[in-house]
Amino acid sequence: MSDHVSSKGLLYSIFLALIALTALTVWAAYQDFGAFNTVVAMAIATFKAVLVVVFFMEMRFGQPLSWAAAITGILFFALLVGLTMSDILTRNLLGIPGS
Amino acid sequence: MEAADTREHYLNADYGVKSWLLTTDHKRIGLLYLISITLMFLLGSMFAVLIRLELLTPGGDLVQADTYNRLFTMHGIVMIFFFLVPSIPAVFGNFLVPIMIGARDLAFPRLNLLSWYVFMVGAAFTLWAVITGGVDTGWTFYTPYSTTASHSQVLWTAIGIFITGFSSILTGLNFIVTIHRMRAPGMTWMRLPLFIWAQYATSLIMVLGTPVLAITVFMLFLERVLGLGIFDPALGGDPILFQHLFWFYSHPAVYIMVLPSMGVVSEVITCFARKQIYGYKFVAISSLAIALLGFLVWGHHMFTSTQSVYTALVFSVLSFAVAIPSAVKVFNWTATLYKGAVTFEAPMLFAMGFIGLFTIGGLTGLFLASLGLDVHVHDTYFVVAHFHYIMVGGALMGYLGAVHFWWPKLFGRMYSEWAARVAAVLVFLGFNLTFFPQFVLGYLGMPRRYHVYPEEFQVLNVMSTLGASILGLGYMIPLVYLTWSLSRGPRAGANPWHAAGLEWTTPSPPPTENFETVPVVTEEPYSYPISEAEAV
Amino acid sequence: MTTESTAHVAHHFDTAEQQQKAATFGMWVFLITEIMMFGGLFTAYIVYRWMYPDAFAEASHHLDTQLGALNTAVLLASSLTMALAVRASQLGEKKQLIRRLLLTIALGSVFLGVKAYEYAHKFEEGLVPGAFFRFDGPHAHHAELFFSLYFGMTGLHAVHMIIGVGILGTLTWMAARNRFSPAYYTPVEIGGLYWHFVDLVWIYLFPLLYLLGRHG
Repeated sequence: MSDHVSSKGLLYSIFLALIALTALTVWAAYQDFGAFNTVVAMAIATFKAVLVVVFFMEMRFGQPLSWAAAITGILFFALLVGLTMSDILTRNLLGIPGS
Repeated sequence: MEAADTREHYLNADYGVKSWLLTTDHKRIGLLYLISITLMFLLGSMFAVLIRLELLTPGGDLVQADTYNRLFTMHGIVMIFFFLVPSIPAVFGNFLVPIMIGARDLAFPRLNLLSWYVFMVGAAFTLWAVITGGVDTGWTFYTPYSTTASHSQVLWTAIGIFITGFSSILTGLNFIVTIHRMRAPGMTWMRLPLFIWAQYATSLIMVLGTPVLAITVFMLFLERVLGLGIFDPALGGDPILFQHLFWFYSHPAVYIMVLPSMGVVSEVITCFARKQIYGYKFVAISSLAIALLGFLVWGHHMFTSTQSVYTALVFSVLSFAVAIPSAVKVFNWTATLYKGAVTFEAPMLFAMGFIGLFTIGGLTGLFLASLGLDVHVHDTYFVVAHFHYIMVGGALMGYLGAVHFWWPKLFGRMYSEWAARVAAVLVFLGFNLTFFPQFVLGYLGMPRRYHVYPEEFQVLNVMSTLGASILGLGYMIPLVYLTWSLSRGPRAGANPWHAAGLEWTTPSPPPTENFETVPVVTEEPYSYPISEAEAV
Repeated sequence: MTTESTAHVAHHFDTAEQQQKAATFGMWVFLITEIMMFGGLFTAYIVYRWMYPDAFAEASHHLDTQLGALNTAVLLASSLTMALAVRASQLGEKKQLIRRLLLTIALGSVFLGVKAYEYAHKFEEGLVPGAFFRFDGPHAHHAELFFSLYFGMTGLHAVHMIIGVGILGTLTWMAARNRFSPAYYTPVEIGGLYWHFVDLVWIYLFPLLYLLGRHG
C-alpha cells in the first residue's frame, strides 16, 4: 500500500492558503481590471484547484495513470468549449446572413 | 448419443434465476446483455418493417404523417441507444475483454452488473414511452421543436436515454481500468489483440462523450418541464448550442458503434487468412486516432444550420482527416488477405461484407463532409443510405461476424455452417438492395422523414422495400439455427477455428475463472499458422 | 505485508496493490465523466455569458456574495476534514477517522442548509426560472437564462453533495465496524477523491456565478 501520509501541518497550511485565495478572489472582483476581471478570477480558481488536486487529492503521490485521466478530462472539456466557441465567435462576421 | 457434459463451466456452475440476476461473472452479464439487446433489435426492426411498408407506395396508405414521424424516431432511438451502442461492447466486450487479456474478471464486477440493471431501467422508461404513444422528434431531439412544440412522449424518452447513458459510461470505465490494470504477465500493450485496442478506444469515447449527452438531455428535460429558455430562441436561447452539445456525443457515438466491429474484423480476417495482421501497430493506433478525431468533426452535421461558415470549414477539413485512420485499417486488412490461405467460413463472410460496406459508407461520408455537396444532399435519403452503410453495413455486420466467430466459445456448440453462409449472403445482398437505391433517391432529391413522395421515386422505393424483406429474412435465419445449436449443435472444442488468442486456449464454454492457470504470454498476437498441438 | 490479512482482496485481483490501484484509477476515470457532465453546463454558461454579458452581470447582483463566500469556506473546511480523515485511515486511527468523517458530513450539511436558504430566498424574490419568474428591466429573458444556469449548475452540484453525504455516511458505518486498516483504506481514499472533486466544482462556480461585474 502507499505509505505516503501527508502531515497535519501541511494539510492545515493548504486549507489556510485556500481560504486566503477565496478572500483574494472576492477582493479582486470589486477591483476594476477591465476585461481582465474574469481572467484574474479564473487564474485564482485554477490555482486553488491545483492545490486541492495536488495536496488534498494526493496527486503528488498519484500513479501516472491518474494524472493522464485528469489531463484527458480537462483537454476534452477544452475541446468542447473551444470548438463550440469557434462557432459563436465567428458568426455573422460579414454581416450577411449565414456568414 | 453424445456423452453428458460433466466438466464444470460458467453456464452450469450454478443454476436458477437468482444465479443469473445476481451474477457478477462477466461472461454471464454478457449473455444477459445478449438477450436484452436482441429483444431491442427485434423491436427496432418492427418499426423498420412498418416504415418500409409505408414507403412501398407514394401515398400515405398505411400510416399518416404523425404516426410515421413516431415510427422513424422510435426506430432510430431503439436501434442506436439500445442496440448498436451496447451491442459489441456490452456482449462481446464483456465476455472477451478479461479472457483475451488473461484476467479472471473485469476490474469491477459488481459495477458491471449494475450497468446491466441501469440499462434495463433506461430501456423500461423508453418502452413506456413507446407504449404510451412514442416520440416524434427524430432521434436527434432538435430544439425548440422537442421542447415547445412536440406533443409526444419526449420526457419519458429523455429519462430513458439519460439513464441508459450511465450504463454505457460504467461499461467504458470498467474496460479502461481492466485493460490498464488486469493484464496477464507478458501481455504487453503491443501484444494486445486488436479487438482489445478497439474496445479501449470505444471505451474512451463512452467515458468522454456520454456525460455530455446526459447533461444535454437533462437540460432539454428541464426546459420542457419548466418552460426554460436555454435552447429556445424566443427566450434568448440558442438552438444551435443544443446541436453542438448533442453532436459532441452523437458523432463520436458512430465510432462507438463501428470501432468494435473493426476490432472483430481484425480478429476474424487474421484467423481465416491464417496470417499475422499486416502492420499491427498501425491498426492498433488507428483505433485511438479514430476515437480522437471523431471528437473533432461534429459540426459537419450542422452545415445547413446557422453555424458559422468559418467553423464549418474547420469541421469539414477535420472530417476528411478521419478518413486517414479508417483507410489505414481497410488497406491493412486487404494486405493481410494478400497471399493468405483464405477460407470463407461464415464469420469471414460477415467480415468481408463489413470491409466492402464500410468502405462505401466511409467514402460517401466524404461527400457529406464537403461543404458544397452537403447542402445539396443534406436531409435527403443520401444521408440515410450513408449512415446505414456505416451503422448496419459496418457495425451490424461486425456484430453478426462476432456472433458467429465466438458462438462456439460462448456456448460450446457449433451451428450449421451452410445455413450461416446462406444468412451471410442474404444479409449482404438484402442490405445493398435496401440501401443502395437510397443513395440514388437522395441524390435525386427525395427528403428523409416524409411518409409520402412523388411517384417518380416509387421504383427505387419498391426496390428498397424488397431488399429490406431479404435483409429481414437474413436476420431471422440466424435466430433459428443459433437457437437450435444451443441444444442440438455438435460440441465445439476449445479452438474450433484453429485461431490464435488467449480465448481459444481455454475450454468452450470457459470455466468460471476463465483459465485453469493464469496464462503467461510469450509471443506476439496472431502468430499464424498455429501448430496442430495448440488447435485442440 | 505477509502477516496482514488479505481477506479484502477480491478473487480476481492478484495483489492488494493491484486492487488499490485499480480502484483509485477507476475513480479518476469516473471523475473524467464528471468533468464532462459539468462541462456541458459550463459550455452553456460560457456561450450565454459571451452573448449577454450585461444581463449576466445584472442578474448576478441578485446573488448574495457573503453567503457564497461563507459556503466556499465551509466547503474548503470540509475538504480539510476529509483529507485529515484519509490521513487517519492511513494511520489506522479509528476514532479520529470516524470523528473527522462525521465532521465532514456536518460541514457538508451546513453547506446544503445555506444553499437551501438561498434557494428559498430566490423563490420568494421570483427569481426561479419558469412560470413565476419576475425580473425588471430590459434583460428579463437573458437574466432568466442566467438563473436557469445558476439553478442547473448549483443544483447538479448540490445533488453531488447529497450523494457525497450518503457516501460519507456509509464510510463512517464501515469504519465503525472495523472494516479499515492501514493495509486497506481504499474506500476512504476514493470517497475522499469524490468529495474533493465536488469541492473543485464549487471553486469555479463561486466566482463564475456570484462575483460577476461587481466592480464599477
